[in-house]
Amino acid sequence: MNLGVAIPLVIFLATLFLVGFYAARFVKQGPDFLQEYFLGGRNLGGLVLAMTMVATYGSASSFIGGPGVAYNTGLGWVLLSMAQVVTGYFTLSVLGKKFAITARKIKAVTINDFLRERYNSKWVVILSSVCIVIFLFASMAAQWIGGGRLLESFMGVSYQTALFIFTISVLFFVVIGGFRAVALTDTILGFIMFIGTLIILIGTIIAGGGVTNIMNELVAENPNLITPFGADGSLTPLYVSSFWILVGVGVVALPQIAVRAMSYKNSKAMHTAMIIGTIVTGIIMLGMHLTGVFARAVMPGIEIGDTVMPTLTLSILPSWLAGIVLAAPIAAVVSTVNSLLLLVSSALVKDIYINYIKPTASEKRIKNVSLSVTALLGLLVYLSAIHPPDLLIWLNLFAFGGLEAAFIWPIVLGLYWRKGNAYGAISSMIFGVGSYILLDRLSPNLWGMHTVVVPVLLSLIVYVSVSLLTMNRNVQQQQKIEDKFWYV
Amino acid sequence: MDTRKDKKIDPRFKVSNREALIAIGLAIINFLWWYGFAYGMGSAPVEEYTFVFGLPAWFFYSCVAGFIFITILVFIVVRFFFSDVPFENEGKEEETQ
Repeated sequence: MNLGVAIPLVIFLATLFLVGFYAARFVKQGPDFLQEYFLGGRNLGGLVLAMTMVATYGSASSFIGGPGVAYNTGLGWVLLSMAQVVTGYFTLSVLGKKFAITARKIKAVTINDFLRERYNSKWVVILSSVCIVIFLFASMAAQWIGGGRLLESFMGVSYQTALFIFTISVLFFVVIGGFRAVALTDTILGFIMFIGTLIILIGTIIAGGGVTNIMNELVAENPNLITPFGADGSLTPLYVSSFWILVGVGVVALPQIAVRAMSYKNSKAMHTAMIIGTIVTGIIMLGMHLTGVFARAVMPGIEIGDTVMPTLTLSILPSWLAGIVLAAPIAAVVSTVNSLLLLVSSALVKDIYINYIKPTASEKRIKNVSLSVTALLGLLVYLSAIHPPDLLIWLNLFAFGGLEAAFIWPIVLGLYWRKGNAYGAISSMIFGVGSYILLDRLSPNLWGMHTVVVPVLLSLIVYVSVSLLTMNRNVQQQQKIEDKFWYV
Repeated sequence: MDTRKDKKIDPRFKVSNREALIAIGLAIINFLWWYGFAYGMGSAPVEEYTFVFGLPAWFFYSCVAGFIFITILVFIVVRFFFSDVPFENEGKEEETQ
């Protein structure tokens, strides 16, 4: 074990516990348990809101996977990754005030609360819960495995031990502290990610003898590395642009991100968060992916993309600095899984248990159920991460695009288009997810675009046309919904 | 629509609709800047590339300057075009401007 690397990591894991204890006080005293536990009492300020959005979105792939691909592909991949800057301001301003106002009107705590009130349909809620539980459980397991692997390699312990340490650290503060603990730890984790990015970028530029020198070496190896088209010239403008849907504007529809758009205190918090979010996302994405490319000049010949960042960090930085930089990907993993864990738990407790199983449950009972479901889910993820089943890995591949195709129109048009109805929402969810999985199997990257593009467009057409076709059904009910949502 | 004689659309939604449109505008500007510099300048042969701060000019303008530009734009938009809206009460009496 490398002590210099391990000490910063241990300090950082211990901090998470402290935050958990701090936030647990609010859970204990809070007037409304559900709103506090799953939404932090709708009390987030600008900085915390920005950081929890960035940190929840930024995952292991921003720090390990992405830079590894950039190492092999060149500046073209950095260009692609910059499509993510849009998430910093777009999600908040599109869902923005409308979501915040509406959620308060109907007292929504989860995305499903919103969908249930908006469409007044059991099937919408069930479909959406199924999507959330399946897709997010799978992505959570994948991140969990990533977290275990990272701890394993940085701390020099076995995978089983690493996974156990990881589980304990995450579970503890999420279970006792709820959303407030998640948002606060995300803020700390976001700072670690931000600072880690700056250190490794600067370190790599120095190690490579300056940017000009690095560029010359890249051109000497393969001039394509500094073009927008990738090392083998295969990155077409259309393909790269299509990532603006997958990792750009489509992020609006990820439930773990969207739910944050109803968690903030006031307009000012949202405005501040848009500015901070844009800056932090941009610096992390630009910095990490650029480092990946620069690494090729500093340390050529690394074969496995995922090992680029750890190898680079350990060889060019003194060990105490390396510890801080290596904490960044772990921070990214922790800040993603904590939100997913709470979200899946809220789908099970708030959307299924309270709505359909035991609507009369007492506050105390809800509290016990919430804490135990969150803890049980965590243990379940832990167990499945020890020997991950193939199905889980397979599902994880669809999670990101599948959630976007399922939720984008029911959420966005549900907010802005009065005629949207339950028939439209149900068919667009089924069509979106169905066509995404089918297309991915049969004809991935159809017409040279990322697979997610066509399903997102298809589900838009389906949502609008089915809503219009069924306009004359349930007229009264639709009018009631419009009254509740749009009129005062 | 008879039931709505005494009701009106939540005045706060005018603000939120406008802000959503502004966001779409921002994203389009962001995209055009990013795409224009990247493929406008980056499509030339590598021998003809110029460099800014050591980076290829297409990359510098598209990704580095573009990021700074959009950050400033977001700042301006939020400061001058987004308005404070109360979330808590029903917004009946509130003047939202």
